[in-house]
Amino acid sequence: MKTENQDYKNIPGWGMDIDIDNEPTYPMKNYTGDDHKRSNYERSEQQKVDVELLKSNERPQYSAVFGNTVPPSGLSGIIRRYAFKHSEDRYRHWIPLILADRVNAWEGIIEDIGNGILPNVLAERGIKSELRYNAKNFATKTLVTIAATVLSIALIKKRK
Amino acid sequence: MLAMNYRGPFRVRVEQRPMPEILHPEDAIVRVTRTCICGSDLHLYHGMVPDTRVGSTFGHEFIGIIEEIGPLVTNIKIGDQVLVPFNIACGKCNFCKQGLYGNCHESNSMATAVGAIFGYSHTAGGYNGGQAEYVRVPYANFGPTVIPADMDPDDAVLLTDVVPTGYQAAEMGGIKEGDTVVVFGAGPIGIMAARCAWFFGAARVIIIDHIEYRLEFAKNYAKCEAYSFKSMADPVVFLKKTTDWYGADVCIDCVGCEAEGNTLQTFTGKVTLMQAGAATALQWAINSVKKGGIVSVVGVYGPPFNYVPIGNVLNKGITLRANQASVKRLLPKLIEHVQAGRLNPKGLITHRVPLEEISDAYNIFSKKLDECIKTVLIPSAKH
Repeated sequence: MKTENQDYKNIPGWGMDIDIDNEPTYPMKNYTGDDHKRSNYERSEQQKVDVELLKSNERPQYSAVFGNTVPPSGLSGIIRRYAFKHSEDRYRHWIPLILADRVNAWEGIIEDIGNGILPNVLAERGIKSELRYNAKNFATKTLVTIAATVLSIALIKKRK
Repeated sequence: MLAMNYRGPFRVRVEQRPMPEILHPEDAIVRVTRTCICGSDLHLYHGMVPDTRVGSTFGHEFIGIIEEIGPLVTNIKIGDQVLVPFNIACGKCNFCKQGLYGNCHESNSMATAVGAIFGYSHTAGGYNGGQAEYVRVPYANFGPTVIPADMDPDDAVLLTDVVPTGYQAAEMGGIKEGDTVVVFGAGPIGIMAARCAWFFGAARVIIIDHIEYRLEFAKNYAKCEAYSFKSMADPVVFLKKTTDWYGADVCIDCVGCEAEGNTLQTFTGKVTLMQAGAATALQWAINSVKKGGIVSVVGVYGPPFNYVPIGNVLNKGITLRANQASVKRLLPKLIEHVQAGRLNPKGLITHRVPLEEISDAYNIFSKKLDECIKTVLIPSAKH
């Protein structure tokens, strides 16, 4: 552990009141003192980095293992790459990631269509269970949506 | 293989996907036999967790059979039936060595604010989860635990998250004999936390929610008092009054970022996303606990920030304790509780659904339809 004052143990009273049982995180943490060795611990072999992996800039290297799923791509990928230039402390990290997720949902629909799949959004949202257990609510929502759509169209037509 | 595929908020489906591969010498491939939908999966499903990418497979509660192992895996063998803790931990870094297995430093490159969790966004490491027929399990020498031969698989799958998280919620409360413990949230974790509070000597356990069937379930399962905040003008005043105007000794937040009950929190946290979800339960916990009391948090919040009365934490001298459950640390004790019949995890399960019906299973759990408490997905009829 780095310290500015190499002589800190000679400060009068240093360490006199150490009480290892006064560990507020116990029993979650069995304090060993290893924290002061920082990142000098035995580490597993590094997993081969063979996909684009965005890394937090709050750590110097990749973790020994990592998830290799869904590398960044498309417009959402550009936004995610921007987000990872900033630390986890910054809004400009998290807010772009939320934005990227929304963009990514639309990219998913485009990707499906590109693959010849017409996404069955109703099925993906669990329409069967909705009709079985929540039919009244579903009918109400549907009627409100239809009414709002018809009203909006009528208003637009009237303005023209 | 069949696997869940996230397509955007409120949209999931099952489809054929490539088999997972060994990517590291300490990896294993597990054939999933039971997997659950967790309340915290709903935060992903609702699009609340940043960096949840389309095409991901969720699922951090699963058990299965070891199908393949990497060359350095020695602690388990092909054919073993294992339960897999939801957190991915190396067992070697300083955090793991001190029992903080939910905070491993060698499994998540993408964030330092959270350890790695199976199928829980790229913020939690970008791993696929267990809502699939097969899943890659890193650090297989450390995480997977062989299921005792006499253990019901439905009990085992709940030992991957629900039971340890509920138990640790109570443990972090530092409950003393005779304490009054208030648990916010009557979902599976809250119910388990209320049940486990008794292990630590609580004299009174109160659970607060607004869904009547869940309150009724909690009252029976956890042998606690259960109240709906909808029947109260002000939950904090109610809790003060019911504790002789003193405050609870311990308050536990088992709700997290999708709480209801406070218009401002809901508007800023869920409607406009101006904070990382609605922190209503945490606000109530801080304001309902006694001076010098302990607030334990296992409800999941997003990383950015939340509006909570931190000034009251200071002025009341509250100890705030929180963490992802350290599953591996707690397993020996919890397996013993289950085997001795003191805990009945599978009693929480209300729905057993084939993996193929995952879209409906998420909808049912998300909207709390059909009196759903806990859903188990079964990947294939042959299991």
